[in-house]
This record gives sequence, C-alpha cells and structure tokens, in this order.
Amino acid sequence: MKQFLDGAANRVSESVTETVSADAFAFAEYDETAGEKVAWTDYSYWGSTFRMFFKNKMAVALLLLLAGILLFTFIQPHLPGQRPATLINNDPNTGLQLMNIPPNDEFLFGTNSIGQDLWSMVWSGTRTSLLIGFAVACSEVILGITMGVLWGYVRKLDHFLTTLYNIVDNIPQTIMLILISYILRPSMSTIILAMCLTSWLKMARFIRNQIVIIRDRDYNLASRCLGTPTWRIILKNLLPYLVSVMMLRIATTIPEAIGNEVFLTYIGLGLPVAIPSLGNLINSGRGLLMYESLRYQLIFPAVVLSVVTVSFYIIGNAFADAADPKNHV
Amino acid sequence: MLKYIAKRLIQSVLTLFIIITIIFCLLRLMPEEGYLGPGFDKMSEVQKESILTEMGLRDPVPVQLWKFYKGLLHGDFGTSWIYRPNVAITEILAGKAPVSIKMGLMAMGISLVAGIPLGVLMTRFKGGVPDKLGMGFVVLVMAIPQAVYHLFIQTYLTDFFHLPMLFKEPNLMSWILPTISLSLYNTATFALWMRRYMVDELNKDYVRLARAKGVKNSVIMGAHVFPNAFVPLIQTIPTMILSTAMGSIYVESLYSVPGMGGLLVDVIQRQDNAMVQALVLIYAALGIIGLLLGDLLMGVCDPRITFVEKGGAR
Repeated sequence: MKQFLDGAANRVSESVTETVSADAFAFAEYDETAGEKVAWTDYSYWGSTFRMFFKNKMAVALLLLLAGILLFTFIQPHLPGQRPATLINNDPNTGLQLMNIPPNDEFLFGTNSIGQDLWSMVWSGTRTSLLIGFAVACSEVILGITMGVLWGYVRKLDHFLTTLYNIVDNIPQTIMLILISYILRPSMSTIILAMCLTSWLKMARFIRNQIVIIRDRDYNLASRCLGTPTWRIILKNLLPYLVSVMMLRIATTIPEAIGNEVFLTYIGLGLPVAIPSLGNLINSGRGLLMYESLRYQLIFPAVVLSVVTVSFYIIGNAFADAADPKNHV
Repeated sequence: MLKYIAKRLIQSVLTLFIIITIIFCLLRLMPEEGYLGPGFDKMSEVQKESILTEMGLRDPVPVQLWKFYKGLLHGDFGTSWIYRPNVAITEILAGKAPVSIKMGLMAMGISLVAGIPLGVLMTRFKGGVPDKLGMGFVVLVMAIPQAVYHLFIQTYLTDFFHLPMLFKEPNLMSWILPTISLSLYNTATFALWMRRYMVDELNKDYVRLARAKGVKNSVIMGAHVFPNAFVPLIQTIPTMILSTAMGSIYVESLYSVPGMGGLLVDVIQRQDNAMVQALVLIYAALGIIGLLLGDLLMGVCDPRITFVEKGGAR
C-alpha cells in the first residue's frame, strides 16, 4: 500500500473492501469489566519533571554549586582555623589593627578597613542573605498563594482585593520600612517582615491572573457541576496546573529578596553593621572602588552575591520549564 | 469606550484619595525627633513643642488632613519643610525633573530599539548562538542586583572608554554611560518577553498553516508572529516609560545626576512630610495613568480586545 509522507495509509488507491470487513458492523457483546478499564500509562508528573530537569546539565551543575555554597556557609565557622566574622584582628606583636591587608595565605579575601577577616565576613554574609531570601520566599508562597487563589476564585472578593492591591502597591516600601524599624529595632526580623509585607501581594496578583484564566475551563466547570467542593477544585484542579509558574516566581523571589537587602543597605535602612550581610559588605566596598588596590573588598562579596543570584535564577527557570507538562514527552 | 475611560478615571481618583489619606496617616506615626533635625537632644521641651506646633503637627490629624486637601484642590502641593525649607514643591520638582525625564526617555528609546530586535533575533535563531548570548545577557541583568552592576559599569567602563565619571549636563559624553546603564534592565525585559511571546505564537496553528502554504519565513515572522506577540508587550510599555522617566536612585547617585531618582527615599528619611505626600501622589497617579494607557493601547492595537461588555460574556 502506498503511504503518504507522514505514514498514513493512502486509501484512495486501494479498494475499500480490503480494509473494512463485514464483522466490524456486528453488535459487540456487553462486557462489564471493559467499562472499568482505564488506559494505563507509566506517566508520573513529578517523575517526568525531574527527568526533564536533570537533562539540563547547566542547571544541575549550578544546583550542585549552590548546594555546596549553602552547605559551606553553615559549616565554615566550625572549620579549624577560622576567625569569627566580626572579630577585629590585631597584629600580635604591635597590637595594631591589621587594616586593608590584600588577599594572602592567612586572609584569603584580605581584611577590611578595621581589620576584619573578609573571608569569614563574606560567608557569614551569604548565610544572612540566603536566610533572608528563604524566609521571604516561604512567607510569599504561603500568603501569596492562599490570597491569590481566594482572589482569583472567589468572585465576591475580586473587587475588594483589586482595590486593596492598587492601594498597597502604591505605598512606597521605604515608608513601611522606616515605620517598621521605628516600631521594632532594625534587625533581621524587621527586614524580613518589611519585605514580606510588600512582596506577597505581587505573588497573589500573579496567581490571581493565572487562576482567572483557567477558572472557567471546561474541566473545572464539569467538576463544579458534579458538586466537587471548592477546596478540592482548588487543590486538585487549579494548583497543580500552576506548579510551573509558581516555581518560577519562588525561584526569582530569592534573588529579588537578596537584591532588596542590598537596596535597603544602599539607602541606609539595612541591617546594623554588626551583622555581616552581603548588602553591608557591598555598601562598605562601594566607597573603596576608587582605590584600585582596595577594590578586592567589593569584588569578593559582589562575585559571591552574583553567583548565588544567577544560580537561583537559572535553576528556577530550568525547573519551571521542566515542570510545565507541555514540555513532557 | 469613553464611558469605560470615564469609569476608570473616577475609580483612579478614588484610589488616589485613599492612598494619599493612608500615607498621610502613616507619616503622622513617624518619630517626632525626625522633624527637629540633628540637634534635637539639646533642645528644651518648650522649644520642641513650639517647633512642632509651628509645623502644624500639634493639630488633630483630621484638621491637618483637611488643610492638606484644601491646598490640593487649589492646585497647591504646598512647600517643603526640611528638604529645602519654605520652597514650593513644584519649584523643586521643576528644577529636578527635566534631567530625569530626558535621560529616562533616551534610555527607554535605547531599550525599545535594542531589546525588541534582540528578542526577535533570539526567536529566529532559537537554540543557536544568538539565543544563548542573548539569554546570558538577560540572566545577568535580571539576576544580579542593580546596585552591583551599575557600580561595576561605572568603575570599569569609564576607565576603559575614557569617559567622564561624573555627569555634567552640557557635556554630552557624560550622558552615555548613565543612559546605557539605565536602559539595561528594560532592554533585558523586552528581549525576554518578546522571545517568550514569539515562541508561544510560533507553536500556534495559523503559523503551521502559513508554513504549509509555503509562506516565506521572514513574512511569517514579520507579518504574522511579530504583531501578535507584540500586543501583550505593548500593555507594559507606558508604565515602563513613566517609571523610567522618574529616574533611578542607583544611576543618579552614582553619576551624581541632579535628577529626582533618589528624591522620594531622601525626603522620607528626612521626614519632609509635605514632599513625601506630593511625591507619592505623583508616583501613584503616574502608575495609574500608565496602566490605563497600556490597556487602551492594547485595545487600539488588537481589535479583538474591547472594553465594552458583550452580551453573555463572562
């Protein structure tokens, strides 16, 4: 039999009787077990997602790197021969501060203008920044998704929440921060609280827009007609559909939060100098950029910061691609 | 259409009213020492009280609010308290805004001219070298905090190209780096979304039909895919133009551009309430106008989008 290019049989050239036999028109016996049969595949959503993700060599390499950095920031203070990050190192002979020592064997990243060890400070700062990033991302996920789903699915709330969004979105974060740091003292928790207060709305808005798009698709309509409770529609019909876009949001939230901390330090509302953070290190390195011999004090924290944020960004994008069922074969 | 615009405008005015009232009340919670300047601990109670009374801060909040609205209705933003005492706010802004607007519009022009073709190029050679290079640029600009890369651009590129480090308005050479720095983020945003929307469109049936008919690839991309992919992007452009024209705190403070980029942060920290209120009002109004313009522009470009309710539509 001749075939078209895509493999379909070219039925025109053959006689019809050859392909259709008479017993195809006989009534089939009613078979009770056949009605129970379900097409079986070995498709598993998360299985395919991870398989897709691990195909992306670059993302896997960055994931390993990031995991390594994360682990290292936590074990670094317990390694032998490490100095506490805030310790001011003095010369044992003269008692003078070891100021602005360029990177050498003893101080791998050198020391800063009051003799603190930059190696310890960078890792301790990375720990602080990652902690802020994770805390903000977690709160954004919990608050943002809950509110976003309600906002998108419950029509009565839509108008109210849209107005609320328009209002809160226009109140500058700086005002909230100054007020919060006036009520509480500037510390990690203040900064995290202030970032959470402003960031969850973005996530909620994002989820809401997605939900509005898929809310009235036929499969949800069918579920509603069958009397499925709302919470079940949300958990089983809507949220799984959004896994990939949510992962993307979460993965970009962490670098955003880290960048936000740098911004807050830049405008002078960041963590107190006593707590090493990447924002503090970059801010104090900023003034030294004009002196070529002191530039290492900015470059080390900036490079570590960039590696961390770029890794998160790439991993998040790769995972979001992998989590999108459209890309599963 | 006009009815829709009128409705949106009325809603916007209401939103603005609520925003400004909330800001007003929040500002009244600020620590009082902030108003007295650096030497507040040397003042006596009587001195402090008299300064605060003179500023009108001892009136009950509703009275202060009423005074403020009365001024606004007369088109009067008031005068600065602390930033430049007793200078009209409109005068301060008139001195600062033009530089920011000029630089912002130029940067936005660069972003549009560079970012959109970059996105198209990345789609055209999807998976190839231009795509990878473009993606690398987008990732770097999106992921690295702005404070960091602006700083490095200033330090190393001024050396490399022998450009002036600080901004002086008559010197055109000193415009180059700040404008390019300012345009980077928007360029990356345009490239990223242009590519994403175009790739989405490429998978649609009408493109397959055009290919089956034997339409040339350049015509498919130029006449079919690009216009469809550009519609969702065009919605964001007015907001981006307006926010870029308001200046960037990083670029302006690094190159010492006398614009209004860091003005809001500055006056919040100095607790110049009158300035904060006026600026928040302007920013919020611009944000709302940007959204409205974006929606209208999308409707103009894509006849399928209408703002009039159709019968039976959800």
